[in-house]
Amino acid sequence: MAIINRVVIQADDCKGCGLCVDACPVNVLDFADSLNAMGYRPARYTGAGCTGCGTCFYTCPEPRAITVIRNTEGLEDGYCPHCDRDVKLLPGYRGKGSGICIECMNPLNSR
Amino acid sequence: MKTTILQKPASFYDDFVLKGGTQTHNTHYCPGCGHGILHKLIAEALSDFNIQDRTVLISPVGCSVFAYYYFDVGNIQSAHGRAPAVATGYKRANPDSIMISYQGDGDLAAIGANEILQAANRGEQMTVFFVNNAIYGMTGGQMAPTTLIGQKSTTTPRGRTSQNEGFPLRMSEIIATLEAPVYVERVMLTDAKNIARTRKAVRKALKIQIDKKGFSFVEVLSACPTGWKMTPVNSKKWITDVLAKHFEPGVKKDESEDREPVITLHPQPHFDEFHELLDIKSLTDKIRGVKVPEVKPLADEIKIAGFGGQGILSMGYALANIAMGHRYQVSWLPSYGPEMRGGTANCSVKISDRRIASPLVDDPTVLVAMNKPSLKRFEQDVQPGGIILYDSGLIDTPPERTDLTVIGIPATDEADKLGSTKAANMIMLGAYAKLRGYLSEAYVCKALPMIIKNTMFRELNEQAFKRGMELVQ
Repeated sequence: MAIINRVVIQADDCKGCGLCVDACPVNVLDFADSLNAMGYRPARYTGAGCTGCGTCFYTCPEPRAITVIRNTEGLEDGYCPHCDRDVKLLPGYRGKGSGICIECMNPLNSR
Repeated sequence: MKTTILQKPASFYDDFVLKGGTQTHNTHYCPGCGHGILHKLIAEALSDFNIQDRTVLISPVGCSVFAYYYFDVGNIQSAHGRAPAVATGYKRANPDSIMISYQGDGDLAAIGANEILQAANRGEQMTVFFVNNAIYGMTGGQMAPTTLIGQKSTTTPRGRTSQNEGFPLRMSEIIATLEAPVYVERVMLTDAKNIARTRKAVRKALKIQIDKKGFSFVEVLSACPTGWKMTPVNSKKWITDVLAKHFEPGVKKDESEDREPVITLHPQPHFDEFHELLDIKSLTDKIRGVKVPEVKPLADEIKIAGFGGQGILSMGYALANIAMGHRYQVSWLPSYGPEMRGGTANCSVKISDRRIASPLVDDPTVLVAMNKPSLKRFEQDVQPGGIILYDSGLIDTPPERTDLTVIGIPATDEADKLGSTKAANMIMLGAYAKLRGYLSEAYVCKALPMIIKNTMFRELNEQAFKRGMELVQ
């Protein structure tokens, strides 16, 4: 099975500075059509082609706007009620549930 | 292939609880600000080196003043430019801590320029991250010492000129000329390659401190899109095309391979030794066998005033020490100032059987006036029923007050007879002691040589003190 890399952008944490869009070597980032909660037009993953290089992560000035996963296969599977489907889960932050949905970045509480 | 995740480093807090803010995930920085990127690189290094628990980050004054909202480490916020001085103190007291001094160019290169040079020159064990964006960002884009020639700012609207404002300071090069620093590098937060270089420099600088090798300094050319009035992407280009031409990136000094770890900073004396080292053993410890009278209710507020050189301060100092030896609470407050040489000098002494709240003497109970201007200045302040002791040899107009005890002592004349004018203060001290009657003569004679250590006056002081006592008969 092909290795899948993913960049996950938390739209509400993004200030739309565009550094990641400019820096992405494979041009898989662009800007969203709508504004986020802070009124910025956030960056968006076009959906395919991320190489997991991490350039966007290191150019991003926000601590948690961008997460890059190299090889999503190793992540846990789970069901996300927000997305209403089976998703891959990031390990949760300290005290923030058992995992975080990589599609919508909402924390999922352990049952 | 192993799964790896690049995400918010654990050395950041999960939530950033800025004052009153509802957005607890974002920094307060403007979009595209370099601070966020550098924060991330530092936090990542702290987590990777597993030093989060012993790291203390010093937030400067500037945009990064709120760094303590983000870094889950020990945090100190210091006065403008003083981060290296604070870091010095903390590190010396806690040699195993990791000190990070995070400073902007307004903080480090302007108001704190001396602090950073002195700390670097001492080779303090700390890591300094110097964020250079060539402008005062927080206050709205004024000229900084690092602003380029021709660069417009709110305080240089026509562009900086060397005739008016001097040349932009190259701090890395200046610090690299010093002998003590181990590692000095300038990096820039622009493209992937240079951010990777910055990441490497951040880690190297911290590693040097972890290995206790000494002072490391990383200057980071960082974008201020708001202050520069550019888009974040154009700011990045401006760093490469313009800023980096004057502030050339690269390693300015690297002796990390050659340096040995400095394990003990300085052999520190044990706390118990301090009294002996500084010779501040109390008189009671030194003088044994002389019984002092019982402590009685007392609240003397004494103002001693005269010419500089008459031993005004010494008299107060001796009196306070002797009274302390008699188990009274004392304070001695010299008034230094332009009067010190040749003019008038005065000091305030408080002696009480109870604890003293303030060393200030506004309304003295006892005034010792050794010259005319002093008597004039303080006469009206003395409390009714108090005492005025004045040098009747030097002051031809005696005090006019009638609601208190006035005693003239020809102290200077008597001191001359004893052999030195300098002993006049001890004559006054003797007169005071006799008048107030709570000091033991034997104790004073034993204590004086320990307080006034000049051996030349040892016998003279004692004679003068005794003479002062006689004069009040």
